[in-house]
Amino acid sequence: MEHALRAHNLTKRYGHTLALCGLNLEIPKGKIVALLGPNGSGKSTLLKLFAGLIHPTAGEALVLGERAGVETKSKVAYVPEFNHLYRWQTVDEATRLAMKFFSDLDYELAQKLIAEMQLEPGLKIGSLSKGMHARLKLALALARTAPVLLLDEPLSGIDPQSRRKILTALVDTYRPGEQTIILSTHQVLESEATFDQVLFLQDGELVLWGDADELRREHNSSIEDLFAKIYQ
Amino acid sequence: MPQFDPAIPIYRQIMDEISGQIISGKLKAGGQLPSVRELAQTFQVNPNTIARAYRELEREGIVFTRRGQGTFVSEEKETFANLKRERAETIIGGFFRDMSSLGFRKQESLALAREFTKEEGD
Repeated sequence: MEHALRAHNLTKRYGHTLALCGLNLEIPKGKIVALLGPNGSGKSTLLKLFAGLIHPTAGEALVLGERAGVETKSKVAYVPEFNHLYRWQTVDEATRLAMKFFSDLDYELAQKLIAEMQLEPGLKIGSLSKGMHARLKLALALARTAPVLLLDEPLSGIDPQSRRKILTALVDTYRPGEQTIILSTHQVLESEATFDQVLFLQDGELVLWGDADELRREHNSSIEDLFAKIYQ
Repeated sequence: MPQFDPAIPIYRQIMDEISGQIISGKLKAGGQLPSVRELAQTFQVNPNTIARAYRELEREGIVFTRRGQGTFVSEEKETFANLKRERAETIIGGFFRDMSSLGFRKQESLALAREFTKEEGD
């Protein structure tokens, strides 16, 4: 099977802090993967390494067989947890600016997704609620044709309706077999039916991973309960 | 839209849902199932999970695929009878399990069930 993402002995150190220690993993093409773990377990670091935004201290992160970096940026759509859009722009201006950065952004699809997310193109970014901002970030990411989509905490700190809308858009827009999505989240129960694989990180190490339905069968438990058991 | 139990493999629950629709006649023999994408949107479930449920249903002979056309309910009469029987066995098994948790033995449960049908009529 062809792998979308691979990590070989992937290690990242920030000063004295070891964020990831010798991670080995292979993520098959065409899956939606939930990246689970408590704060500080290395989730954001792992996503940034695959996005090519930071460099590993040791080991390597591969995107479709290539070392993550400048060359792989067009293949990876990465959505950070923080709000990175300009406050003074409108939704439509932000969309057009994103198109200049990312040649793979489909403007028509972006407009359609923005409408589905119930956002007005003329709204100022600065006036958006947290939930609206999260919806806009996701719409802009889903409008890209990049084969890999990395979402850092797309559901955290926002209202339930926005979370629902984001999960719906993900399922509806996802290109099965072709697109690989990793989303880190704490909202396990709400997203149970969205992901088909799970990675559990703890203290920079992979503690459990596999097919979500197989894990449910083996442990006779929901992924949420498994999560609670692992990190209690 | 059915609510899924997150403690049970979701593809299994989708298989049960479709089997249930076949038994109840909502899906007819030879009838076409929704596309993977349509069902994924209806159930709000990852399309890979729906595709897996369809694959398993096909392996069990409950549905079949026509290339380029989609997935259809089997036309074999046996399939329908088997599905119905399996479902009946599940219900009866559950009945005896529940009765045993109340302290009734199988024979006592049967006797009670017989009395119940007399009172209720057919």
